[in-house]
Amino acid sequence: MIDLMYLTVILPLAGFIINGAFGSKINKVERNGIPYFGEKIIGIFGSGVIGLSFLITVFAFFETLSLPVENRQTIINLFTWMKVSSLDVGFAYQVDQLSLVMALVVTGVGFIIHVYSIGYMHGDKSFWRFFAYMNLFIFAMMNLILADNFVLLFLGWEGVGLCSYLLIGFWYDRKFEKGTTSDAAKKAFIVNRIGDFGFLLGMFLIYLTFNSLNFNEVFTKAAAFSIPKGTFAFIAIFLFIGATGKSAQIPLFVWLPDAMAGPTPVSALIHAATMVTAGVYMVARCSIIFASAPAILTVVAVIGTLTALFAATIGIVQNDIKKVLAYSTISQLGYMFLAMGVGAFSAGIFHVMTHAFFKALLFLGAGSVIHAMHEEQDIQHYGGLKKHMPKTAITFLIAALAISGIPPLSGFFSKDEILWYSFANGGFLFWLIGALTALITAFYMFRLYFLTFEGKERFGHDKHPHESPSVITIPLIILGILSVIGGFIGIPEIFSGEHGNLFHNWLFPIFKDAERKMIIFGFHTHFEEMLLMTLSVAGATASIFFARYVYLKKLTIATDAVKRFKSFYNILWNKYFIDEIYDSTIVNPIVKTSDSFLWRIADNKIIDGLVNGVASLVGSVSGVIRKMQTGITQFYAIVMMLGIAAALFWIILSL
Amino acid sequence: MSVPMEYYLILSAFMFIVGVAGVLTRRNAIVVFMSVELMLNSANLSLITFSSFMGNPVGQLFVFFVMTVAAAEAAVGLAIIIALFRNKLTLNIDEINILKW
Repeated sequence: MIDLMYLTVILPLAGFIINGAFGSKINKVERNGIPYFGEKIIGIFGSGVIGLSFLITVFAFFETLSLPVENRQTIINLFTWMKVSSLDVGFAYQVDQLSLVMALVVTGVGFIIHVYSIGYMHGDKSFWRFFAYMNLFIFAMMNLILADNFVLLFLGWEGVGLCSYLLIGFWYDRKFEKGTTSDAAKKAFIVNRIGDFGFLLGMFLIYLTFNSLNFNEVFTKAAAFSIPKGTFAFIAIFLFIGATGKSAQIPLFVWLPDAMAGPTPVSALIHAATMVTAGVYMVARCSIIFASAPAILTVVAVIGTLTALFAATIGIVQNDIKKVLAYSTISQLGYMFLAMGVGAFSAGIFHVMTHAFFKALLFLGAGSVIHAMHEEQDIQHYGGLKKHMPKTAITFLIAALAISGIPPLSGFFSKDEILWYSFANGGFLFWLIGALTALITAFYMFRLYFLTFEGKERFGHDKHPHESPSVITIPLIILGILSVIGGFIGIPEIFSGEHGNLFHNWLFPIFKDAERKMIIFGFHTHFEEMLLMTLSVAGATASIFFARYVYLKKLTIATDAVKRFKSFYNILWNKYFIDEIYDSTIVNPIVKTSDSFLWRIADNKIIDGLVNGVASLVGSVSGVIRKMQTGITQFYAIVMMLGIAAALFWIILSL
Repeated sequence: MSVPMEYYLILSAFMFIVGVAGVLTRRNAIVVFMSVELMLNSANLSLITFSSFMGNPVGQLFVFFVMTVAAAEAAVGLAIIIALFRNKLTLNIDEINILKW
């Protein structure tokens, strides 16, 4: 089955081609008695290809599990893509422990979200286009994950960016904030381009240094200490710039909140569970390069920590249900980068996985609510929805508990592992900010939960919320179960004893070179680990109860706080004015110079002037010369005769 | 006694100059056309002269080609002249001057 892993890439591509080429025809297919028959075909087919990919991945996973540890990497070479002297790039897929984990998450969660989309996108005029794009996204994402070289990874990297753009702007005729959804899509694409430029530079530098772009070759050479540290630092910082773009870290995170303009399943799949974790995956994949540049690793940790705190604080005051989740995603991605930065690579990937479960669940739950409330997204106009939609409420609660790090849900294990490593390898400050962020996370998640599902109903009588159909609730329930049990594969050593951390052991071969290069700070006892764990769990619990007290019992506390800290609230409400700062320092100057200089002067005057000048020069010269064309035949004959005579004369003279 | 080669060549040159003068000065299209034929035949005369004085038959062969082409050209040229006349009702080539700026 491992050899068939390439099918997990081909199948979604086939889905895209068929849905994309024939979707509009299939959509119109009708059959008596079955409403929306064509839509059902597209939905089942679009989800089916992803489901098949998932099955293949599962089989490949178990087959890999049965192999001895040192044989767990399989390379599937499909064909040579480009070959120029020493550059040899193949369309080759690398199936190993890391790519299998990611592939399971992408196809598994992807399949669930595809099924959900059948219900969510029901009746949309471009139903088929949605599934075509989603399939294309899975195709690109699988390329990114399974690639065995940087070029193929980059193909996937750009592919997911394209799909993100297409899907954010899916409802291109809808208004979004100050503009349209297309503006949000363009913003996402352009901000990502900035990161991609860094990634490209990193790739060039890798080729220059290692004379190869193949993962195995590059990493083997990187592990042998013969390359100067400075080179590693440059490669690592360029790759990290790429990661900040794709994974929405400071300073390139601004596109992710706007990406919420897309349909909710898109937010769940692309902007929460899979694509935005591509940066984390890339850093983990290149762990050996990052581990060879400790200074850059510290930068990664600092950026991650700051992003986590920064986004979490914004999340407290947002009122749009999807915006809160978007900032929460940025914050959780910050955690993952914190994990990478302190050398806890497997903990970071573990969090990628658990986060995919509970954040996808949160988004899908939010989608279910938005559906029930007729596209209303402001949580101030929700309230008391629990009795109308119990399944959504309970699964949402599970996800909120998981993200808050309440044991024994999945989020607890992954988040606590990251916090522990940030304390053990990074330092007290990293732990402190991380733990503080965890408290804030618990607070705003439960603010969201209580304002949405509990308390008084704050919506008008024109709305009649009802539970979503089972095509929506069953995916919620599956993800709910995963959010509960997903953490058990990564139970830390202090609970599981001699088995150790299963997830960590599974990924150990991937990261062993990087971990050997890392400098390990001091020795820490299990007592400390236990203490920190208890502290963060207690903190999270306290913060949940505080949120409950504020938003269920005494809403005045919140309004008072807003009044008392008016200026601070304003800063948070306006997201630290980051968009405005970018607008005034980068976007507007570029637009101004483009408008006043590049367009009006450089283009209109210089370039157009050159072209028009040449044309008018030719015109005026020929205006004079054309007088020679008299139309009198004998004039031409005389000219010809004189010419021949002159030529003959010249020939005779030169003899 | 035979006629020296120069005589033939001088005759040929004379015919050619007459042809050129005709082409350049006459206004009637048919006369211009005849002058062109005169130029062609003067060239033929030169070819035959050289061929016979040098004992090389290639020149005479070449004349046949020229005559064939001249015949074809005459047919096409006369056809054009007839067509022109039908349109303009004149053969004065100074009046046939629409191909100008």
